[in-house]
Amino acid sequence: MKAVLALADGRIFKGRSFGASGEATGEVVFNTAMTGYQEVLTDPSYKGQMVTMTYTQMGNTGINPEDIESKQLYLSGFIVKEYHDHYSNWRATMSLDAYLKENGVVGIQGLDTRALTRHLRDHGAQNGIISTTDFDPESLVKKARGIPSMAGLDLASGVSTDKPYHWTQGLWDLEGGYPEVDPKNLKYKVVAYDFGIKYNILRCLVDAGCDVTVVPATFPAEEALAMNPDGIFLSNGPGDPEPLVKVQEEIRKFVGKKPIFGICLGHQLLGLALGGKTVKLKFGNHGSNLPVMDMETRKVEITAQNHGFAVDLDSLGDVACLGHENLNDQTVEGIRHCKLPIYSVQHHPEASPGPHDSHYLFARFTQLMECHKAL
Amino acid sequence: MPKRTDIKKILIIGAGPIVIGQACEFDYSGTQACKALKEEGFEVILLNSNPATIMTDPDFADRTYIEPVTPEILAKIIEKERPDAVLPTLGGQTALNTAVAVAENGVLDKFGVELIGAKLPAIKKAEDRTLFKEAMQRIGLSVPRSGLAHNSAEAMEIIKEVGFPAIIRPSFTLGGTGGGIAYNMEEYEKMSAAGIDASPTDEILVEESVIGWKEYELEVMRDTADNVVIICSIENFDPMGVHTGDSITVAPAQTLTDKEYQILRDASLKIIREIGVDTGGSNIQFGINPRNGRLVVIEMNPRVSRSSALASKATGFPIAKIAAKLAVGYTLDEITNDITRETPACFEPTIDYVVTKVPRFTFEKFPAADSILTTQMKSVGEVMAIGRTFKESLQKALRSLEIGSCGFESRLFDITAETRRALTGKEQQLLMEKLRTPNWERLWYLGDAFRSGMTVEEIFAATAFDPWFLHNIRQIIDKEDELKKVELKNSAELKDIVLDAKQYGFSDKFLGRLWGKTEEEVRALRLSLGVKPVFKRVDTCAAEFVAYTPYLYSTYEEECEAEATDKKKIMILGGGPNRIGQGIEFDYCCVHGVFALAEAGYETIMVNCNPETVSTDYDTSDRLYFEPLTYEDVLNIVQLEKPEGVIVQFGGQTPLKLAVALEKAGVPIIGTSPDAIDRAEDRERFQEMLHKLGLRQPENGTARSFEEAEKVADRIGYPVVVRPSYVLGGRAMEIVYDVDNLRRYMTTAVQASPEHPILIDKFLDEAIEIDVDALCDGTEAVIGGIMEHIEEAGIHSGDSACSLPPYSISRAITDEIRRQTKLMALELNVRGLMNVQYAVKDDVIYILEVNPRASRTAPFVSKATGRPLAKLAALIMSGKTLKELGITDEIQPKHVSVKEAVFPFVKFPGVDTILGPEMKSTGEVMGIDDNFAMAFAKAQLGAGVKLPMSGKVFISVRDADKKHIVTAAKKLYDNGFELVATRGTASYLQEKGIPVQIINKVLEGRPHIVDAIKNNEICMVINTTQGAQAVADSFSIRRNTLLHNIAYYTTASGAKAVVDGIIAMGQEELTVKPIQDYLN
Repeated sequence: MKAVLALADGRIFKGRSFGASGEATGEVVFNTAMTGYQEVLTDPSYKGQMVTMTYTQMGNTGINPEDIESKQLYLSGFIVKEYHDHYSNWRATMSLDAYLKENGVVGIQGLDTRALTRHLRDHGAQNGIISTTDFDPESLVKKARGIPSMAGLDLASGVSTDKPYHWTQGLWDLEGGYPEVDPKNLKYKVVAYDFGIKYNILRCLVDAGCDVTVVPATFPAEEALAMNPDGIFLSNGPGDPEPLVKVQEEIRKFVGKKPIFGICLGHQLLGLALGGKTVKLKFGNHGSNLPVMDMETRKVEITAQNHGFAVDLDSLGDVACLGHENLNDQTVEGIRHCKLPIYSVQHHPEASPGPHDSHYLFARFTQLMECHKAL
Repeated sequence: MPKRTDIKKILIIGAGPIVIGQACEFDYSGTQACKALKEEGFEVILLNSNPATIMTDPDFADRTYIEPVTPEILAKIIEKERPDAVLPTLGGQTALNTAVAVAENGVLDKFGVELIGAKLPAIKKAEDRTLFKEAMQRIGLSVPRSGLAHNSAEAMEIIKEVGFPAIIRPSFTLGGTGGGIAYNMEEYEKMSAAGIDASPTDEILVEESVIGWKEYELEVMRDTADNVVIICSIENFDPMGVHTGDSITVAPAQTLTDKEYQILRDASLKIIREIGVDTGGSNIQFGINPRNGRLVVIEMNPRVSRSSALASKATGFPIAKIAAKLAVGYTLDEITNDITRETPACFEPTIDYVVTKVPRFTFEKFPAADSILTTQMKSVGEVMAIGRTFKESLQKALRSLEIGSCGFESRLFDITAETRRALTGKEQQLLMEKLRTPNWERLWYLGDAFRSGMTVEEIFAATAFDPWFLHNIRQIIDKEDELKKVELKNSAELKDIVLDAKQYGFSDKFLGRLWGKTEEEVRALRLSLGVKPVFKRVDTCAAEFVAYTPYLYSTYEEECEAEATDKKKIMILGGGPNRIGQGIEFDYCCVHGVFALAEAGYETIMVNCNPETVSTDYDTSDRLYFEPLTYEDVLNIVQLEKPEGVIVQFGGQTPLKLAVALEKAGVPIIGTSPDAIDRAEDRERFQEMLHKLGLRQPENGTARSFEEAEKVADRIGYPVVVRPSYVLGGRAMEIVYDVDNLRRYMTTAVQASPEHPILIDKFLDEAIEIDVDALCDGTEAVIGGIMEHIEEAGIHSGDSACSLPPYSISRAITDEIRRQTKLMALELNVRGLMNVQYAVKDDVIYILEVNPRASRTAPFVSKATGRPLAKLAALIMSGKTLKELGITDEIQPKHVSVKEAVFPFVKFPGVDTILGPEMKSTGEVMGIDDNFAMAFAKAQLGAGVKLPMSGKVFISVRDADKKHIVTAAKKLYDNGFELVATRGTASYLQEKGIPVQIINKVLEGRPHIVDAIKNNEICMVINTTQGAQAVADSFSIRRNTLLHNIAYYTTASGAKAVVDGIIAMGQEELTVKPIQDYLN
């Protein structure tokens, strides 16, 4: 079946449908990871976006029950060069196509994804529409232009949990899958704010010895403090951090009271809560191969990233300093509070998909909590 | 950490001659390293014996030693040069082993030289089986379970740990003779006993079988700050059990989820750290059980490897260049990515296409070799293809191979008639056999398996190829069936169909077969429908950043990124995959062509598909098209780029074969005209020319059947040389001594037909062969070099040793050869290079062959004389005259350069080492010295021959050679060697007064010569033979000589030369001298 992708600036790509049919809209972004499409599909940070995979062969390993990062699929469209219906992997239980259909995600394949990526690179991420019903370019472009911009939208609240829950699952391994960890063996009590949290963050926290309670994005700081946690974690999530004013206010209440660790959107919110500003990047960083330097050790780690906004370091004055730097574009990759046990990173140390080089950041969190406890 | 300032002078070790398993990828890596270190201001000293390499060009290092790559020579160079450091990780296993030897024998310590890249303990840990296994256990990784056994008790103990199925490998038997796979205890008892018996050291390795597991490779880089990145993941199409060099491989890995891929990545990081490779690239191989994902580490190369070259070409990340910079102290984040210009090299390339490598085999050269693929590498070259999908990339790779394939040809079907059919029982049997046993044709049989209706599951059961790959091939074969049924009516639908076929990678030629049309007709149809390829860039980053390097591949999509310029430009067609007869020498010429034309102000465009080469380094030419060298693919590029000229003269037979068709399609071929080339290649036209010029060739004739051949042979007299027309490397060429063998040749060895006649020449027995390379601009001709072969005419020129200048013929003869060469060059209106082969017998000069193109000897001559022939040729082709280039006289060097060939016999059990008119060598070395004897000795050492200085020499020669061997035998005796000989040879020598002991031939009873060889009593073998029976009888002598790594000579002339060399080595000390000193 035919499918068309139209961008708001008028560029049209023709392809074939796979996954669900119908129409889907969203901000069109690309991801350069060569593995891990299942994790990408289930990453809440992609809420409101349609993801172009730059690697061309998709569906190869099918879908398995383990490689999920949240309870559902959040992206609105999936754009690939060639979909492979015949998967091959010992853990796979269904095809990518069936999975997308089951979850109502519209896919398109057979288009020049490299041309699309270059277009997004040169003209910036922008809204678009995939349709398997309407092939009229004019009509499609009009629809694409009608989609609200990501900037200024509060997407996080929409993907956050409704009520607090407890998490005890640890990191995956080949033989044992996901272990359930006895909370008695978990030393640090952590309240994790869910702005669209990926499961693997929670697994990494558990693996580092954290007893995690996940709370909604709007959870009052007072209630969190009442739980007497050793540390506060701020999760990743979709979209623009700026409109989340209420959340920033709540975060501010933890500053000076508890060690805080933030990832991605959580990092941006922390930056804003500390009085800084964020900026929208032209097309952001979305991949698994990005070099980041830990300014403390000067060691380079290869990281997974997925963000369209960044913290402006100058705006933070002498409150916080540069903790990590993106070596590709020299954007702020992490900040460290100058006095308090507070730090955050823009990239995804939990990976999934991506390299495990930054896993140490979770241990750093427990060290901070350990030191803070001792005070 | 910036560049180290405590080291100033670095010695790089090259890989020596091209052999199976170590090909021109190490010229690519070495050249990059030389360039990088020179750029950084280091003084670079280079050791490499291979003259056909770019790295040994005088301007790539400060001092270049074209000397044998052996520990003794390396020690001499270190003593003389006193480098601060030795970089051993870019010259393959040869460089690594040589460096280890000088590290262990104290030379490095004595002269205070540091090993950079990898230190001795790291090398040992990676290379020593036991140390490696222990290291892996320390970091929680497993290797296939294994153990060594020397008797049945030990064997029983080991099997308890290893389990079934178990692989039994006897130690030190080449090609795994005496080994096998045991599936139960009964088999194991038998096989382990047989294996211990077969091993010269009574030892077997018993190993857990991981045959059929998925095989992966990761290319890893590490810097001094312990930053580690993965450059590329590679998944082998052929599962475990086939050497990775013989496997079809695909990048990136296709059938791993992220979680599984990260297990490999984490393991790789741990391994490179545990082994302790300080800086640079390493290659790590893994096996994965497809049923449960269990991982085993197979091996690690603590150096740049063949796979690194592939990974560099596959991703655009120059591993060797970066490795060199890391070795001198830089960290990855301090080095900029050339392609994006703004991002650092400290990242992991991501690609948005699929790369497929397919190996190229030459079993046709070794009919006696076992063509089953095993863990012993047998391929001699490879091609790489890039496509946006696996299907496209695989099909492009097939047509890159140049084995007459343009897609999934059928072995069992006539696809011009049918694409689906049930097989007969016999066909089914053959098919199953071809599927079950790894062999080079298996890929094509997969196509037939689908054509015959087999399912993916059934084929998986027979082959263990991952079902994902199999489904892709099934899709190609299904598409073939669809295409077969298409009606070629010009409609919008047809455009979609053709576009779809092209996206699947189908070539015009293959579509033509399905549709009963010619390649040109399909092309015309395709273009009329507006179906044209676009070109995409290889950029390391999947388009995330702007790519500044025009490294391009074709595909069928919307957007073209070629951005062709309107500069003055010349395109050079490369040589395609390495094979016997066409190897690195031709890439060398292509690269020189590029360099010269770039200097002359042209934009240079390179087209090639061989990932091992310097020509496919994106740094070499201005624009690189990594594409198959076919009519279709080349024409696509020409039509886009519109170059002023296209050079077909440098890449060997590959581009030459395309010349006529390309010219017909309007491509501006520059240099010698295709018509002149035809005049030299076409028998009759060539004869007319010689007649016109009053030159002589051996009597000859052409035959299209045995009857015709018999008539020709009767007329010119036996022995005769027979060969098919239009071949390179002496393919299927033989010397025939009688009518019975002529009949056998005409009926079984070749298929003569009116289109493919057989050429028959009078064989000039005991003639001296001369090779000449010359330059000509149409009005002037200048000799590049005259080489006298050591072996007599009848041995393929590529397999002969040769000397420049000639060492035995008179000035009058060489002058006459000069005259004849120039005469022919001008007559053919050669623009560029020309090579002529002559035979001199009784002072009469015969012309054997004229090739108006770059020859295999062009690099050797350039090195020997210091005159860059290929560069000059390229400039001539661009319109310069010899006079303008300042080339008026021949350079006649005072020093002597000897080229020697290197052979792959050791990899092919059952193959005889005897030389003949069919070329068998894979590479060459060069020895330079002030006199012939010493230069020859150096060439032997460079070729890996262990020249004895004392001991017992075995001599057994055919009657015709007896008189020629006397002097050599006498010299050996006079210099303290003992001589043993078979009866005939012994009595002949004794008659001449030379004391010699008699030893039994194998058929004469024991103890015989083979016993003596096995007992290490013999230090050198001189054995010439003739006639099928005699050859067969003496086969075991030559084979055992080879297995015991004893110096051997199978021609009398070779024996004479080596005896002089040995004596020279005994009389004076071997000295080393850089090429720059010889040339100044």
